[in-house]
Amino acid sequence: MSRIARSPHPFEHFTIRLEGAGDDELREVAAALGLGLSVEEMRAIRDHYAAVGRDASDVELQTYDQTWSEHCFHKTFKGVIETPEGVIDGLLRTYIRRVVEELGPDWCFSVFEDNAGIVDLDGEHAVAIKVETHNHPSAIEPFGGAATGLGGVIRDVLGVWADPIACMDVLCFGPLDFDYGRLPEGVKHPAYLFRGVVDGIGSYGNSIGIPTVNGATVFDEDYTGNVVVYAGCVGVLRKDRYVREVKPGDYIVLAGGRTGLDGIHGVTFASAELTEESEEVSRPAVQIASPIEEEKIKRAVKRISAGRLGSGITDIGGGGLSCGVCETADRYGLGAEVHLDRVPLKYPDMAPWEIWVSESQERMLLAVPPENLDRVLQIFEDEQVEATVIGRYTEGGDARVYYDGVLVARLDLGALFSPPRVRRATAWRPPERGEPEFPEPSDLGEVLRRLLAAPNVASKERVVRRYDHEVKGQTVVKPLQGWNAGPNDAAVLKPLEDSWRGISISCGVNPRYGKIDPYWMAASAIDEAVRNNVAVGGRRIALLDNFTWGNPEYEDRLGGLVRACRACYDVARAYGTPFISGKDSLYNESPLGPVAPTLLVTALGIVPDVRRAVTMDLKGEGNAVYLVGATRWELGGSEYYRLMGHLGASVPRLDPAETAASYRRLTSAIDAGLVRACHDLSEGGLGVAAAEMAFTGGLGLELSLSSVPAEGGMRGDLLLFSESNGRLLVEVPRRHRSSFEEAMEGSVYARVGTVTDEPRLRVSGRRGVVVDLPLDELMAAWKTPLGGSA
Amino acid sequence: MRRHEIRALLMRAPGTNCDAETARAFRDLGVRAEVVHTQRVFRERNLLDYDILVFPGGFSYGDYVRSAAIWAKECEYRIGPDLERFVDEGRPVLGICNGFQLLVEAGFLPGFEGRSRYPEAALANNTTGYQCRWVRVRHLSRGNCALTREVPRDAVLAMPIAHGEGRFLFPRDRQDEYLRRLYENDQLVFRYVKPDGSFADGEAFHNPNGAWHDIAGICNPAGNVLGLMPHPERAYFGWLTPDWTRREKPPEYGDGRLIFESVVRYVERRF
Repeated sequence: MSRIARSPHPFEHFTIRLEGAGDDELREVAAALGLGLSVEEMRAIRDHYAAVGRDASDVELQTYDQTWSEHCFHKTFKGVIETPEGVIDGLLRTYIRRVVEELGPDWCFSVFEDNAGIVDLDGEHAVAIKVETHNHPSAIEPFGGAATGLGGVIRDVLGVWADPIACMDVLCFGPLDFDYGRLPEGVKHPAYLFRGVVDGIGSYGNSIGIPTVNGATVFDEDYTGNVVVYAGCVGVLRKDRYVREVKPGDYIVLAGGRTGLDGIHGVTFASAELTEESEEVSRPAVQIASPIEEEKIKRAVKRISAGRLGSGITDIGGGGLSCGVCETADRYGLGAEVHLDRVPLKYPDMAPWEIWVSESQERMLLAVPPENLDRVLQIFEDEQVEATVIGRYTEGGDARVYYDGVLVARLDLGALFSPPRVRRATAWRPPERGEPEFPEPSDLGEVLRRLLAAPNVASKERVVRRYDHEVKGQTVVKPLQGWNAGPNDAAVLKPLEDSWRGISISCGVNPRYGKIDPYWMAASAIDEAVRNNVAVGGRRIALLDNFTWGNPEYEDRLGGLVRACRACYDVARAYGTPFISGKDSLYNESPLGPVAPTLLVTALGIVPDVRRAVTMDLKGEGNAVYLVGATRWELGGSEYYRLMGHLGASVPRLDPAETAASYRRLTSAIDAGLVRACHDLSEGGLGVAAAEMAFTGGLGLELSLSSVPAEGGMRGDLLLFSESNGRLLVEVPRRHRSSFEEAMEGSVYARVGTVTDEPRLRVSGRRGVVVDLPLDELMAAWKTPLGGSA
Repeated sequence: MRRHEIRALLMRAPGTNCDAETARAFRDLGVRAEVVHTQRVFRERNLLDYDILVFPGGFSYGDYVRSAAIWAKECEYRIGPDLERFVDEGRPVLGICNGFQLLVEAGFLPGFEGRSRYPEAALANNTTGYQCRWVRVRHLSRGNCALTREVPRDAVLAMPIAHGEGRFLFPRDRQDEYLRRLYENDQLVFRYVKPDGSFADGEAFHNPNGAWHDIAGICNPAGNVLGLMPHPERAYFGWLTPDWTRREKPPEYGDGRLIFESVVRYVERRF
């Protein structure tokens, strides 16, 4: 193409004449360079170069492409959205960030600023947390995609000088028994993806020695074409070692693995839809993982942090060096000078632009004041990590990139970080769905057994045991409880050697509700994450939002996203639980259609004394069992309806103010030592939660449905399997019953049962006994489908 | 030797990841525990300044080739004679998980005739895949193993395992002979058992990895080198045990402490 000309240098470098280019020509340029930029964006770039009066270089345009990608810049969340109810000036600002701004909590240390959100732990220390998606790479290459997803999020935590202490993973797959004949070309089978993703996460987390302590595995048809992989990491840092003071003259040190052709255009790929050709076109976008390299980096970063030897740090992730260098310079109002020929490569002859945007894994970018450089390099050498000075931060607001002494890019950071704002419109209409009508099954025990065996309810032991959840010796409440390995609601860690103060980590995700109404899906996900955290004794909760959505350029997808964001504000504000970090993954579309609109909410709480943490297994014969929260006729999206072949319309709703008050009362009861066990009611409702508590504790339970605080006129099956939000089962010793009831005064709650020493779950309703099953049968039903062990 | 004078060396290689909690256990017992990079030990050749040597768990050098094979060869090559002297002088060597794999790869375990030139046993890939779970092991040493002397004979200990390669094997044509020697020399220290205390007999997941004869840990004939797959450091405090919330008050310590206590007492008495 005549607008693209090779430079006279002995390496691959092109200049691009944008002056006077029309839309078609701009499109051609973008296609020729493999850029994901839209015509509007290309026009803005053309106008910028016209204003400065020169041609662009390939390295420069690649930088714009990376920086302005949905993945890096979150254009949709920062853009202008026109809705029937009015114009939204940035979803992130209007709904997500606003919670923390209005609440103004003094315990938030760094929010939406860094690679990770940071909150106070004990005054001296802080906790950093981040959750990322790695959906597109995992769809193409599940092992590498998932492993590098975890590697990347661990580096995000290292990127705030924190020591990573725990990982989380939430995985969403199509049904494992999906009919091969119905798989479109280019879509990999869920069973293959499941194995690869689980092995990839296990291989990375186990090797680097960070326990995976919390997560979820979800199966739904709408993930068949779009596998969803969320990876999270929590770290601990001393607040006085959080150094952010990069100055002109500080060295830019690149440390870790070598740079190669793996992960070229990863963010461009992540910001596009998956197609039949994705495998062939985008395979190089998937990076290769080396957990041991990152383990060494972790050791080195810890030592550099302990000596306060660096002035800044960030990980090299999406967009490669281009994003790492430019974002750091921009953050401190500086410029940068980088010499790409100094970057250690895996093999020779990479073009400058490839070095600049490669997303090769296990690389960190440090800023180091000149007086500390020798010590920093020595620490990396001690830890057998390659570290190279590739440039310096400078005065002024531009990044100059050299190769063999030739200036290959000169980027005006002001222009680079002011992409044209996208403006999009929405249209969301509630789907026309009815409530199913079917007679009450005669054998609710059989229904319960089938529910326990449903993929979304059944034991995930096969996944959980693949991950080391004990390494580091800090896991006080483990993902699986006791020798019977029931499902705990949240993990509790004791990160400090000399303190009993702990943290609780939980999550909430309800994709089926999103098909009915994204607002209540999001509200439910927040409630579930908070509820799980409260159940183990967590409080002072901070939240993370991770959206996985379809193409936001479709008005209906974006309309749903807006509804979900509104719920985020409404519920988090009422709960007093601010969002401190988040990430969105959009464009999750495949030949099978859009992904199920999914919001993963991660909750990070504080447990003042881990010795008071509560687990979900029944503890003592004769103890009373209370149900906190009201049960309503809202089974839309429930596992019970799914089992009966329906989706339904009556999605669970939430009264945030009332629910938050009842959680506060429950926390005070836990603190007073009145609670022996506590378990949240989620998929499968009361029946499933009761069975899990009983077989995990190896103790029987007698439940009475007529005592359940509920909407009038509900049938036994609906009472037993409703998934109404805000509910927990609580075991209280006989002697504490009146104190517990006093503590819960003002909330909806009732005593619904008693712990027995006969190993059976017996539920009585209006018709007499409706469930009467031995615990070993219930446990076998729960453990068998995915393969667990008794 | 007095407790606070005891120095424990916890060597680490790239990929070692259980050093901090292992050091914490020794420190809790009043011992000076130092985590030192293996390259530094190679450089400084100061192994013999220490009273206890620990190879902690992890994935040294990514466990490429075979678990701990690279680290074992490197140790043999760089500090082989120092290691042999350390062992011959009766100083205690503890290998946990990856450390056990290293001691086998380097020929210290079972070490029927002293250090063997080639591994006499293997810790092969689990029949069950990677597993992280609590298991029960029975203590079988009749007194030879100095590193478990505080553990009552026949006591059942609960500890977690977390590995993909821990299936203890002898060469098939020699396994009966080797097993006889393990018993004769009192080298068999831990075997996996069922909840009722009877041997697991290979049954998953009481025997979590398919180990032959349910072998979870062995020592050398002299009794001062112990290797085991379970992680005592992760069972050191009571709040780490899987069922501590079932008690009204959490127990202060878990079963793993007995092993560290034995190691320290042995040094106190002997040196």
